[in-house]
Amino acid sequence: MTNSWTDIKNADLVVIMGGNAAEAHPCGFKWVTEAKATRGAKLVVVDPRFTRSAAVADYYAPIRQGTDIAFLNGVMNYLIQNDKIQWDYVKAFTNASFVVKEGFTYQDGLFTGYDEQKRDYNRSTWDYEMGPDGYAVVDETLQNPRCVWNLLKQHVSVYTPELVERITGTPKDKFLKVASMMAECSAPNKTMTSMYALGWTQHSKGSQNIRCMAMIQLMLGNIGVRGGGMNALRGHSNIQGLTDLGLMSNLIPGYLTLPTEREADFNAYMSTRGFKPLRPNQMSYWQNYKKFFVSFQKTMWGPAATAENNFAYDWLPKLDVPAYDVLRAFELMDQGKMNIYFCQGFNPLQAFPNKAKLARALGKLKLLVVMDPLETETARFWENHGIYNEANPASIQTEVIQLPTTCFAEDEGSLVNSGRWLQWHWPGGSPPGEAKTDVFIMSQIHLRLKEMYRKDGGAVPEPIVNLTWNYKDPNEPTAEELAKEMNGSVLTDVLDPNDPTKKVLEAGKQLASFGLLRDDGSTAAGCWIYTGCFTEAGNMMARRDNSDPGDTGAYSKWSFSWPANRRIIYNRASCNLDGQPWDDTRKLIWWDGAKWTGFDVPDIAPTAKPRDVGPFIMNPEGVSRLFTRGMMRDGPFPVHYEPFESPVANLIAPKVRGNPVARVFKDDFAQFADTGSKEFPYAATSYRLTEHFHYWTKTNHVNSVLQPEFFVEISPELAKEKGIANAGWVRVWSKRGSVIAKAYVTKRIRPLMVDGKATHIVGIPIHWGFVGAAKKGFPANVLTPFVGDANIETPEYKAFLVNIEPTTGPVA
Amino acid sequence: MSAAPYDVEGGDQVHKGHPVQVDRYTVAARINHWITAISLILLAISGLALFHPSLYFLTALFGGGQLTRAIHPWIGVVLFFSFAGLFFRFWKANLWKSEDGTWLRRIRDVIAGNEEKLPELGKYNAGQKFVFWGMSFLILVLIGSGLVIWNVYFSSFTSIEQQRIALLVHALAAVAIICVWIIHVYAAIWVKGTISAMTRGQVTGGWAWRHHRKWLRELVAGKRTGTPAE
Amino acid sequence: MFPPIPNPPVTATPAKFGDADLVRRSASSVPAPAQKLTPVAKLIDVSKCIGCKACQAACLEWNELHEEIGTFNGTYTNPPDLTPASFTLMRFTEWVNPETDNLEWLIRKDGCMHCADPGCLKACPAPGAIVQYSNGIVDFAHDKCIGCGYCVKGCPFNIPRISQVDHKAYKCTLCSDRVAVGQGPACQKACPTQAIVFGTKDEMKQWADGRIKDLKSRGYKNAGLYDPPGVGGTHVMYVLQHADKPSIYAGLPDNPRISPIVEAWKGVTKYVGLGVMGFAAIAGAFHYLVTGANKVTAEDEENAEKLTQGGRS
Repeated sequence: MTNSWTDIKNADLVVIMGGNAAEAHPCGFKWVTEAKATRGAKLVVVDPRFTRSAAVADYYAPIRQGTDIAFLNGVMNYLIQNDKIQWDYVKAFTNASFVVKEGFTYQDGLFTGYDEQKRDYNRSTWDYEMGPDGYAVVDETLQNPRCVWNLLKQHVSVYTPELVERITGTPKDKFLKVASMMAECSAPNKTMTSMYALGWTQHSKGSQNIRCMAMIQLMLGNIGVRGGGMNALRGHSNIQGLTDLGLMSNLIPGYLTLPTEREADFNAYMSTRGFKPLRPNQMSYWQNYKKFFVSFQKTMWGPAATAENNFAYDWLPKLDVPAYDVLRAFELMDQGKMNIYFCQGFNPLQAFPNKAKLARALGKLKLLVVMDPLETETARFWENHGIYNEANPASIQTEVIQLPTTCFAEDEGSLVNSGRWLQWHWPGGSPPGEAKTDVFIMSQIHLRLKEMYRKDGGAVPEPIVNLTWNYKDPNEPTAEELAKEMNGSVLTDVLDPNDPTKKVLEAGKQLASFGLLRDDGSTAAGCWIYTGCFTEAGNMMARRDNSDPGDTGAYSKWSFSWPANRRIIYNRASCNLDGQPWDDTRKLIWWDGAKWTGFDVPDIAPTAKPRDVGPFIMNPEGVSRLFTRGMMRDGPFPVHYEPFESPVANLIAPKVRGNPVARVFKDDFAQFADTGSKEFPYAATSYRLTEHFHYWTKTNHVNSVLQPEFFVEISPELAKEKGIANAGWVRVWSKRGSVIAKAYVTKRIRPLMVDGKATHIVGIPIHWGFVGAAKKGFPANVLTPFVGDANIETPEYKAFLVNIEPTTGPVA
Repeated sequence: MSAAPYDVEGGDQVHKGHPVQVDRYTVAARINHWITAISLILLAISGLALFHPSLYFLTALFGGGQLTRAIHPWIGVVLFFSFAGLFFRFWKANLWKSEDGTWLRRIRDVIAGNEEKLPELGKYNAGQKFVFWGMSFLILVLIGSGLVIWNVYFSSFTSIEQQRIALLVHALAAVAIICVWIIHVYAAIWVKGTISAMTRGQVTGGWAWRHHRKWLRELVAGKRTGTPAE
Repeated sequence: MFPPIPNPPVTATPAKFGDADLVRRSASSVPAPAQKLTPVAKLIDVSKCIGCKACQAACLEWNELHEEIGTFNGTYTNPPDLTPASFTLMRFTEWVNPETDNLEWLIRKDGCMHCADPGCLKACPAPGAIVQYSNGIVDFAHDKCIGCGYCVKGCPFNIPRISQVDHKAYKCTLCSDRVAVGQGPACQKACPTQAIVFGTKDEMKQWADGRIKDLKSRGYKNAGLYDPPGVGGTHVMYVLQHADKPSIYAGLPDNPRISPIVEAWKGVTKYVGLGVMGFAAIAGAFHYLVTGANKVTAEDEENAEKLTQGGRS
């Protein structure tokens, strides 16, 4: 989230699209209710299904899954055509005026530089025209035909309301109503918030779905302001913490990136990071990259990371592929190229697409270790459960080791919520049986590995034998010790250059902010964005003061919000060029003539003069991007691409199948249904229900009572066509597998008219499996395709094709 | 026996002697009657206990409210089958006859005890027939409505509205049957010599002569006479 | 936001109300309490409800109830009906508004309404099995319940359920145990959107006014409060978007009142019945006194003997 849960109460318009906040985030949804009840805010829901969010919405518009970009590009076109733009904001705070390089073009769904063989672009033209002064060329009059604004205007112009209706199935009047409601928020005193989740990310163009709305929010002047923002609702209580801490194969903590094999030495690595400003005076905060990186290396290897060895740069793994994401891991497993797999709090047999492929791949492993508080399907993949999990244990040689762990309520630590708040929690009970904390288990593995490497050596023993492990009890570091390490501390005294008798930083002290980090090895910080969470003043995450001066929704003394306890990032943009709030009733920070002050921690240098320094300090431009340069693999502007399995061809680019740069493994392509397939005529989508949390709560009695049995949702029209009765049994199958479910015939799903043709939607909740308290059932991933987003490989769960027929109940 | 008068029942027999003894009810009929009687009394007590708060203390006789609630319907089932036995024994003799009309018209004499002004009657007078048919009807109503409100087993078969009606009907029928029962018991007490019919199974010839002369005559005429009793 | 109820102190708190605060007791009478508690109420704002069932889960957990895991029955309403273990239930209705042709998904939390004039209590034959406190809470005392199911018939909302295990009636207690120590009901505590709020009845009515105003501003011209007068008002009230037709909300009664049949049964029948039975008994006794026993005379016996001695044979 750019903002916080509590800030949603400040919105005038809440748009839930690409998510189902009421259903999947009921607790956070209270702030929507609050905005509606106290501000008279309106709620708009755009979704293929009439969801529980829609049940409390002021306006609902249906949309075919996988066509959000067409809808949102249509909204952008509407805003431009109707001049509903917050011009002061767009001109000053976005790159609308930046001139794009000659040679950059867009045609028939593709940008310049496409290589069909590689399914990738040469992105060299996707950049700004650079001036002789070394800065990007801008045209503040927006007259230059090659400035971002004019290119954007041109790019979205095809997305007329008529075309939007033909692609998305959203009736034109409903589309226009939603667009006009959004357009009202172009007024500086009206804000809209966007709440989205996996409904946008789980597409082969998930990142671009989100970009679209981010662009709309910029055009409306809604980023950085109270009640605005792009608010990703995280699907797990600590998934924000997972990404913050770099638990992705290509990241290290604090959104630093792992080197690739092309970056053999530290200088090569640093040359593409630590961006120089693209405009004069800009902060370009990533210039501090080296400080964050070196502090991280010092946390890892302490005294062994020295200036001489480039702070142990060589000990970091170098990626030979963009990422070892889960899809790739299972592909490698299936090819017999991965032998050992650790599943820590993860149930991939349910959570990743194409269950048949996953089970086959797991069966090729030598060793599978499952660390989980619960019994999982993954740990039992080899067990035969009839139709629910057909397996022949005798033919599977994988050794499976289950290590029971504690759950969040049984141990101490912090959870990071969607709003970037690190909230400390204390154990509410003792772990059952033999359960151990994850920290204990990982420590045991580490200590044993370390001992083996020390004794026997190995290919590259240094990263392991030198790993810092300064904990009171090496067998089980405490949560406080780890949190302090993440925050960072001073390793050696730093003296004042003007007065060497004075210590600027004193060795051994906890750091108060990442502004103090140094690139000379005198500071350590495990995750620079977390610096400030555990300082000399104590554990900031454990703060529970819910006072809120000014009633802004910031709650600055409650827990700790990264970065720097800032509640709304880019908050400089809540003020006009002169540093005064766009809306006096929604003050957040302001320029008092000498410095920035207010209710939140300013997201800018405190003394940065308003007209000099732009608000988007992480960008070298100092402004936000309507044109993302080469930062995204699939284009600097979003383009509507159909899902890989689609009932219709792409109307704007009929030759383009799916996202043209999304990675597809060879065998998986063969398992996609054809576009407009007669064999699989129905557009399916998978989703969560409020009664359950993924595949966990089906092991809980109460949750299982509230939603006991697997079902699929279809419209009365489809039910009639197929002779399916409500609560009757159906078989649903895709090119990858088949499930048996009860049918829920509901008016909440309606066929959509797509390019003049009725398209039926089949909704498939994800929560059932073959272990747990609830009735045995099928998980949705039996059906889903093995392909991910072009940028971050989130699987395409939200749009695929199936067929359906009535059947008799399961025999098993 | 095909010519046997309608209201002579199996086992009815006259024993010459002094006084004459007349067999009115067989052992089986008496057992049947007393099972029914006891059931009815238990039902009345347990039912009344749940009918009016001031009588709730009666649940103590059954071991408390829960047991009272649980036992009452089962006693009802016993009563139903037991009474069914009586019904098939007695129904023929309880069919309406012309003299019953006369008897009814002279009800004032009945109440005043002026037997001599009444017609000769068969085994049962109109009052007894009223009790018989009243009981038969009310027991049907009670078992029917009782099943509807027998929550443990049958609550799912009817709507709550139907159950409400059943409750009211059950209560009204219960009041009625208790009144019928009072009349029945009172008549037995008032008309001396009656109770022995249901205890020893016999009445005296004089009793039969006084109250059911036609029946007595039929027994005698039908040679339903035997040796002196004892 | 309605001000949240603060957490209770960690130390044990004496109950704020008890037997001295009873205003009604089934099948018995209670002395009028010395002073009356402020009436409380739970307000369920259907327009804020997202159907998350947190209330249902909280109810099961607080009351330590064990509901069975059922099957999918063609709706999101699970279990399909209230049970002895489910004191509350989210009922889902897909309703197409004939005026707008828009689908509305109506989600109503069903459960005991805590009527000011409780039909269950009126119908109950077991002294003290159902009680009403002066704050409006209608509670079941299970040690006194006999499991007859009369409360089920007495209830205008079809709420109580009889357990097939212990044969006792169960329903929402309005968390009388929590309210007694200054807390709101568990469902209210768990509700994420303040679709359930709890306070004094006056506060709730006032709060509802604000909600109704908001709903009217959004085009729900018939928005209103459901506090049905037919049962003397209730201590669980609803804010409805369409208060003119409560029955669209999964059969919420339009004009609930204690069934006239139950009124007749528990009213006139009870007294007249006893009267009639008493009269019959007294009439008998009186008759006996006046008329005396109807005795068989010696003459009767002689006549019988004569007859049997072959008068006609």
